[in-house]
Amino acid sequence: MSRKAERARRVAERVTDPELPMLSLADLGVLRDVDVVGDSHVVVDITPTYSGCPAMAAMRDDLVRELTGAGFDTVEVRVSLHPAWTTDWITPAGRAALAAAGISPPGPAPSTSGPIPLSLLPTARQVRCPQCGSPATELVSEFGSTACKAQYRCTACLEPFDHVKEI
Amino acid sequence: MTEHIHTSPEDEHESAYSGLLVNDAHWAFGTDFEDPLAGVDTTIPDGVDAATLATYALMLGDDSLVMSHRISEWTSNAPDLEDDIALSNIALDLLGQARLLLARAAKADESIVPRLPEGSPAPPEDALAFFREAHQLRNVRLAELVNGDFAEATVRVLLFSVWRLALFERLRESRDHVLAAVAAKGVKELAYHRDYAARWFVTLAHGTDESRRRLLTAYDALWPLWPELFDTHPVEAAAAEAGVGVDPATVREAAEGVLDQVLAAADIERSEAPRRSGVLGRTGRDGMHGEPLSRMLAEMQSVARAHPMGQW
Repeated sequence: MSRKAERARRVAERVTDPELPMLSLADLGVLRDVDVVGDSHVVVDITPTYSGCPAMAAMRDDLVRELTGAGFDTVEVRVSLHPAWTTDWITPAGRAALAAAGISPPGPAPSTSGPIPLSLLPTARQVRCPQCGSPATELVSEFGSTACKAQYRCTACLEPFDHVKEI
Repeated sequence: MTEHIHTSPEDEHESAYSGLLVNDAHWAFGTDFEDPLAGVDTTIPDGVDAATLATYALMLGDDSLVMSHRISEWTSNAPDLEDDIALSNIALDLLGQARLLLARAAKADESIVPRLPEGSPAPPEDALAFFREAHQLRNVRLAELVNGDFAEATVRVLLFSVWRLALFERLRESRDHVLAAVAAKGVKELAYHRDYAARWFVTLAHGTDESRRRLLTAYDALWPLWPELFDTHPVEAAAAEAGVGVDPATVREAAEGVLDQVLAAADIERSEAPRRSGVLGRTGRDGMHGEPLSRMLAEMQSVARAHPMGQW
């Protein structure tokens, strides 16, 4: 990687997710590739978390603003649909940042090859309360404040919290 | 809509509108659109007819567009906050799928995109969503019905997602890179929608007499539209033949196997209500729709049609 590309990558890595601002796009696993073509044209590859995630447009705008602000002339943000994003790509640092912000990080993503089995029981997860650490938690809703989160409640400290759901 | 709002420099800080259209970087929904397929390989695979691929993508895109709109009508109307959010999230996932699929259709064959006035900023997927008449939409009729009660939403999301997930599991093998990628992503989303609806189906079936009665009423009302989901339209047959699409008839067994598990858990027999016929054999895939779709489109499209040059 050229020195310019390394610098562009460092700038792009600083951009945070608009809905999970404690996570950088690199920690979220959304940043696929950063390259500099020619003298000062940056090409960034990102991948969508969910098909309809409205944060994608904001991520693109933030990348363009940060990179042009860092002195690059032009920025092209490309979307890679394949392979599909999985929560397994959230880095250990990203998981720690989520927990520190009171959001329970995802467990291992289920396999999605072959036929997907029907599940009639609430998804069984070992979720610990990010506030008090208690394993005594219950699911409130499989759908939380954003497409990527489920709602939980801690039955020890009674605090509600978000859990990033595994996909 | 094309004219920006002008303010003199001294009132600029007084106006709530100043800056709205100038620098949108801090808005989650910018005023300009990114191409959802930018940087994606949209080459049409060898031996595939462009018009077939476009129409096939349009069919799948219209299913999710219309279903998304119907489910979005639940926003702020669901029985409780959690289900309001759940349904809104399901609608959002489907809207994302619709956008990619309509963009794919437009990229495969530009001649299907309605012509807008010169200089209109509407991207092709928006032109397809907002500037076609009901008879040009290719969605299955299950998606377009007027919403009923929460039991009806439960049954509709269940039937739709059981069918669509079975299709998408196979579509992951499409020779078309875009359809394969949309399907791979969509499978994860649809699995979630299907489990959500299936759990509510079982819950309502074993809830009170009233919840079971409502569920059975909705189930009998929607079941007549289930067989249409597995009819093979000539375009679907051609897309399957070319290795880019899936013949829906081939996933019927898998879909009904899943549905039977839900029905067994709910202690409900398979409905015997007869299928709803088309008009002279024509159904949703042929552009033959009921009046509710026209009304839905009138509402959904009115703003975009009034302002074809509008910037959002």
